[in-house]
Amino acid sequence: QNQTTVSGIVKSATDGEPLPGVAVSVKGTTAGTLTDIQGRFVINIPKPGAVLVFSSLGFSTQEITANSASLNVTLSENLSALNEVVVVGYGTTRKQDLTGAVTVVGAKDFQKGTVTTPEQMITGKVPGVSIVSNGGQPGSGATIRIRGGASLSANNDPLFVIDGVPLENSTVSGASNPLSFINPNDIESFTVLKDASATAIYGSRASNGVIIITTKKGSSGKLNINFSTVNALSSITKYADVLSADQFRAVVNEFGTADQKADLGQFSTDWQKLIYQDGFNTDNNISFSGGVKNLPYRLSFGYQNQSGILKTDKYQKTSAALALNPTFFDNHLKVDLNIKGSMQNTRFANQAAIGGAVSFDPSQAVYTNLSDYGGYWEWMNPTNPSGLENLVGRNPVGLLNQRFDNAKPYKSIGNLSLEYKFHFLPDLKAVLNLGYDISTGKGTVYVPATAAELIDQGGTDSKYKQNKTNTVADFYLNYVKELNDIKSRLEVTAGYSYNDYLTKVYNYTSYNALGAVISEPAFPFDKPHSRNISYFGRLNYNYDERYYLTGTVRTDGSSRFAEGNRYGTFPAIAFSWAINNESFLQDSKHVNLLKLRLSYGLTGQQDINALYGYMSYYNLSTINASYQFGDQYYQMYRPSAYISDLKWEQTATSNIALDFGLFNNKVSGSIDLYKRKTSDLLNKIPQPAGTNFSATAYVNVGDMENEGVELNLNVVPVENKNFKWDAGFNLTYNKNTITNLTVVPNDPNYLGFPGGTIAGGVSGQYAFINAVGSPKNTFFLYKQVYDENGKPLEGIYVDANKDGKITTSDFVKGKSSDPKVFLGFTNNLSYKKWSSAFVLRASLGNYVYNNAFSQRGNLAQFIGTQVLLNGSPNYFETGFKTQQLLSDYYVENGSFLKMDNFSIGYDFGRIARNTANLRVNAYVQNVFTITKYKGLDPEVASGVDNNIYPRPRIYSLGLNLNF
Amino acid sequence: EDVYNSPLGYKQTLAKVYGAFALTGNATTGQQDIPAEIIKDEGNSDFLRLYWNLQELTTDEAAWSWSSDAGILGLHELNWSSTNAIISGLYYRSFFQITLCNDFIRQAAEDKITSKGFSDTDLQEIRRYRAEARFLRAYQYWVLMDLYANPPFVTEDFKLGAKDLPKQTNRNELFSYLESELKAIETELAPAKTNEYGRADQAAAWALLSRIYLNAEVYIKIPKYTEAITYAKKIIGAGYSLHGNYQELTIADNHLNTDENILMINYDGTHTQNYGGTTYLMHGPANVPANISGSNGDWGGLRTTQNFVGLFTDYSGNTDKRALFYTTGQTLEMEELYLSKAGFSPIKFRNKTRTGGDAPHQDPAKDFSDIDFPLFRFGEVYLNYAEAVLRGGNGGDKATALQYINNLRTRAYAGSATGNIGSSDLTLDFLLDERGRELYFEAHRRTDLIRFNKFTTANYLWAWKGGVKAGTSVSNNRNIFPIPSSDLSSNPNLNQNP
Repeated sequence: QNQTTVSGIVKSATDGEPLPGVAVSVKGTTAGTLTDIQGRFVINIPKPGAVLVFSSLGFSTQEITANSASLNVTLSENLSALNEVVVVGYGTTRKQDLTGAVTVVGAKDFQKGTVTTPEQMITGKVPGVSIVSNGGQPGSGATIRIRGGASLSANNDPLFVIDGVPLENSTVSGASNPLSFINPNDIESFTVLKDASATAIYGSRASNGVIIITTKKGSSGKLNINFSTVNALSSITKYADVLSADQFRAVVNEFGTADQKADLGQFSTDWQKLIYQDGFNTDNNISFSGGVKNLPYRLSFGYQNQSGILKTDKYQKTSAALALNPTFFDNHLKVDLNIKGSMQNTRFANQAAIGGAVSFDPSQAVYTNLSDYGGYWEWMNPTNPSGLENLVGRNPVGLLNQRFDNAKPYKSIGNLSLEYKFHFLPDLKAVLNLGYDISTGKGTVYVPATAAELIDQGGTDSKYKQNKTNTVADFYLNYVKELNDIKSRLEVTAGYSYNDYLTKVYNYTSYNALGAVISEPAFPFDKPHSRNISYFGRLNYNYDERYYLTGTVRTDGSSRFAEGNRYGTFPAIAFSWAINNESFLQDSKHVNLLKLRLSYGLTGQQDINALYGYMSYYNLSTINASYQFGDQYYQMYRPSAYISDLKWEQTATSNIALDFGLFNNKVSGSIDLYKRKTSDLLNKIPQPAGTNFSATAYVNVGDMENEGVELNLNVVPVENKNFKWDAGFNLTYNKNTITNLTVVPNDPNYLGFPGGTIAGGVSGQYAFINAVGSPKNTFFLYKQVYDENGKPLEGIYVDANKDGKITTSDFVKGKSSDPKVFLGFTNNLSYKKWSSAFVLRASLGNYVYNNAFSQRGNLAQFIGTQVLLNGSPNYFETGFKTQQLLSDYYVENGSFLKMDNFSIGYDFGRIARNTANLRVNAYVQNVFTITKYKGLDPEVASGVDNNIYPRPRIYSLGLNLNF
Repeated sequence: EDVYNSPLGYKQTLAKVYGAFALTGNATTGQQDIPAEIIKDEGNSDFLRLYWNLQELTTDEAAWSWSSDAGILGLHELNWSSTNAIISGLYYRSFFQITLCNDFIRQAAEDKITSKGFSDTDLQEIRRYRAEARFLRAYQYWVLMDLYANPPFVTEDFKLGAKDLPKQTNRNELFSYLESELKAIETELAPAKTNEYGRADQAAAWALLSRIYLNAEVYIKIPKYTEAITYAKKIIGAGYSLHGNYQELTIADNHLNTDENILMINYDGTHTQNYGGTTYLMHGPANVPANISGSNGDWGGLRTTQNFVGLFTDYSGNTDKRALFYTTGQTLEMEELYLSKAGFSPIKFRNKTRTGGDAPHQDPAKDFSDIDFPLFRFGEVYLNYAEAVLRGGNGGDKATALQYINNLRTRAYAGSATGNIGSSDLTLDFLLDERGRELYFEAHRRTDLIRFNKFTTANYLWAWKGGVKAGTSVSNNRNIFPIPSSDLSSNPNLNQNP
């Protein structure tokens, strides 16, 4: 054997810091390894003098002849590095060939600390992408909008693709977020595709953008073990404002009836303090990576255990991931196998306690000295068989402790990708990707018969189960030809994709806690099923590394539409010009990158709730909804509404952008201008009476536009041997306008359709209208009249149509709940072995309807129902006697500046006799919020603020060990 | 469709055609027929509760305490808009049921059923189902004619799910349609009293004809009292009689009253559950103890006005057994419109058996009612006969009319003749009051007051009529409800009611 070993350290040319994860390979062979966290590598070379290739994302690739056993290598950063590849749909592309709006976020830029679900890692990091978590519950999902969302009533969530497996948008029952099954520690990078040039390859599901998640892979070389642990304490930052027990007694004693005064208790109970707690989170991960002969592998395990700040909320996740990526036949066959599995064990706290705690009578005790109702104090009514008052709130502490809502969902995602480079024609590759996404959701809900919550029914003892089996098969050919004679490069991809979505929902009889039947299902299970079949193609052409052209087309067939409308074709074309490669700039010291991009294309949206909206099918009623003929009970068949010519929503997107890198790339970034027009909007609108089996149905009607600007700026303000500061700034401006909503365009009789349900004992009242000429979610309420002191006058509104009466015709359009501008500002600082990072995020021009104030800030809240209720001190400001839910007084400016994350870390370097690396970090998440909004938290995805699960502040301590 | 491959499939789709009267959807909750965009609270979206609210809350017979429930505000005040959730709700509910009927009639067309290899007995049965679907469609068009006057019109020939738009009709056209349709199916329906319980027979068609003829002057400005008598007599001749005990007409085992029931909406605490229907009429009355209503407690909502209570000379229930009021803690005078203690609470609908026991199919939570609701019962037929005679119809006589009314009153007075009236007492005004006493809470009141020109006018004022405590008259365009604005904007063929 001539083999010798070469070892060394790879560092960054800019700051001298070691570079982990640099691929080191022996040129002309398949041997390779990755550098460890200290930038160290060890590699066997066949003979002295072999050439080693060092490559890493964002750095220029270096080739070095291994003339000694020890090598120190420096790589210089290069944003426009040749051969750097970016994952796009169905393959990769060289970064310089990109013509579309694509943002890649790698590990360096992830939000860190206690991260439960993947999308939290890129919050505030990508221009054009708004991520608003749905609340502070562990594992809860987020509302993710790319460029404002292309749809009104259809789904606005982006498409997620994990290692080539597109996820279904809906989650399995028992899990609150479809992404929560992915262990964030296994993620290598996110690629966000925004304009049509980038997304059209995903055709009918691409209108709302695509987020591609790539997980970590194995490396060849020796075993590398990484262990990390993050332990955190989360605590509530702010309680909702309510009256103290004494204030409450004063109000009841002043305005209440004799009976109500007699109902007052002598206690002072702060219900919110009783339902919230400090949560604890531990997140432990271990990964093994390396290569056995030609088989690079990575195996990882994660265990997370979290208790929510709402008592009884528990979330536990165990995950494992395996990646194998061997190559065969002299590199002609590349195999990529990824299997990820995850299981959760959750107890969902009863969130009714959140609303209960802000309204339950604070003058009462928590417990009685009786054993009835579990010992909890409740409102009584002796004439009822249960002894309890009907239709009133129950003791919030009882609500939490007496409901056992447990879920155990599982999920496994995997794919096998085979990439074969033809022996006779190495320019041609064939790729077969087979993937699956299987999940099972199951859980039980138990409430004891003695619990006040379900006293009449005798508690509940029910279970649910759901299996999802989604499969994907893609096959495509990729051909690359360098045509040096004509300074051209051509790349063509063409393929076929098959996606099948099958769900099996088990329907069980539900029982009360004593075993009596409460309801019986019509069928033992349901099996909703849908399928997409697609053909796609892409062409990249460049001339002289100066002019680039990309053409994409996809044809999609969906089982959701009738035969005649089943197939849709989604083309896109894009052009870019690398101005920096023109002769006049080629040698510029100051301009490293200057690239103009133009694109136009069509994408679709097929994701509506109805699987068979184009045809009528008969749905059998449950046994409890049968009808009696004679002495028999018959389950009923009901036909469903249908629109026979239902088809896709279509979005046309144009994008103009400039990418730049200046002053040795110390300043770099891009600016994108876009315009998106969605037509044939899938809207659920009223049907002419008598024409369908439902009064409303999804119909293709209406158009909507989004226009916006995105700016991304990366700056390195300071950089020297010891200190480095790099900052990333992004800004998004989006303007949404609904341009048509009716079959007969611009019907002046049609006001629009409402949205944004207002809570508060009232049904059918809405805060928004979606109307032509306005943005979606435009507030549509009465205009409040104020006295000279600025105090709102109860029930006095502007008579907008001047007919002398205040009716719903006097509603006035106001602001929209969607932000006009949002910004993210990320800073990474390092000084010797110390590092620090913080992320600021701001949202401007988002308005919020303060439903907490409107529902509970009035006298009737306290004394207007059968029992006494606590309410909001906003009552002292308005003095309203009854609810004025439809007043625009409650619309507040929700603009805010938040510090999402602050961290500080220290790198101990080699420890334990040089066998391991240790790094220690401390994080604070949700550090502060600056806002004028008077409610709990201005970040409300729905625009109507009511009883949100508070987002906690989290203090974490993390440790990372690498062997 | 596979559903129509067996006779049982036809029966189960027919069950929906009927069940749509009773239920809010295809499950107790969560699979509603009328989408949440129209009525958000599913428990308010069944036919009976919507129809009942428009027929009763607008009158002296009833008020509901929760003004914040969608659509309630403005009903008792006779001041509503075309976006009112209950008004839109009934409109879309009626059309939902008409669309179901149209679909059934289409699927049960002669050429479709004969090609499936069904036996002759099954074919006969399916033809009968088809006639019943036509009857139920006619019933819904009567509801639309009575409440909305000028609705759109669609039959089984209309192509669904496409771009076609229905044309608007009016009361004249609807009246002719109902007359010819009901007479056309008369012989196809089962003879009176021979069909399965819960399904319509010829007597149901006669009862509807008698009712529309009695109101013909309102609908088409042409009196048709002779015809009203003709069809009342057909029912009387078919062997119906008054059930012996008035208080047993609206309780959990009222399905046993085959002597008096003509067509009922069937409810069952276990098999036919929803939060509208008679469940609403059982829980609704304010502050009624659970052991009286046979439920798990009251919803604090329904009360009646002092004007209605005043129709009884003795409201204690000791003499006239129809006076069923819960008065403890309630004030007689409706001091406030939206206050659960203001006004007596009628306890006509009780989920108890005639022996005082629990309903036979009581659900564990005692949420749901077993009480069937009479769409048509025999008592109304006597009243129709008497009124048609007094209004000048031929084919009947006043002596018989007096006898029929005294039959009703004898039953009301528990078999005693002390409540009987003399010939001189039998006036039209007496009959309106008697209809109130006999049929209250059975969803007749608005139609009756309109026929007597007392609904909008100053001829009869009740508490909070027109939104004023003492009552006031309102514009006579309140005699019909508006077409919902959402349908006006989706169907350009429609014009709003005057």
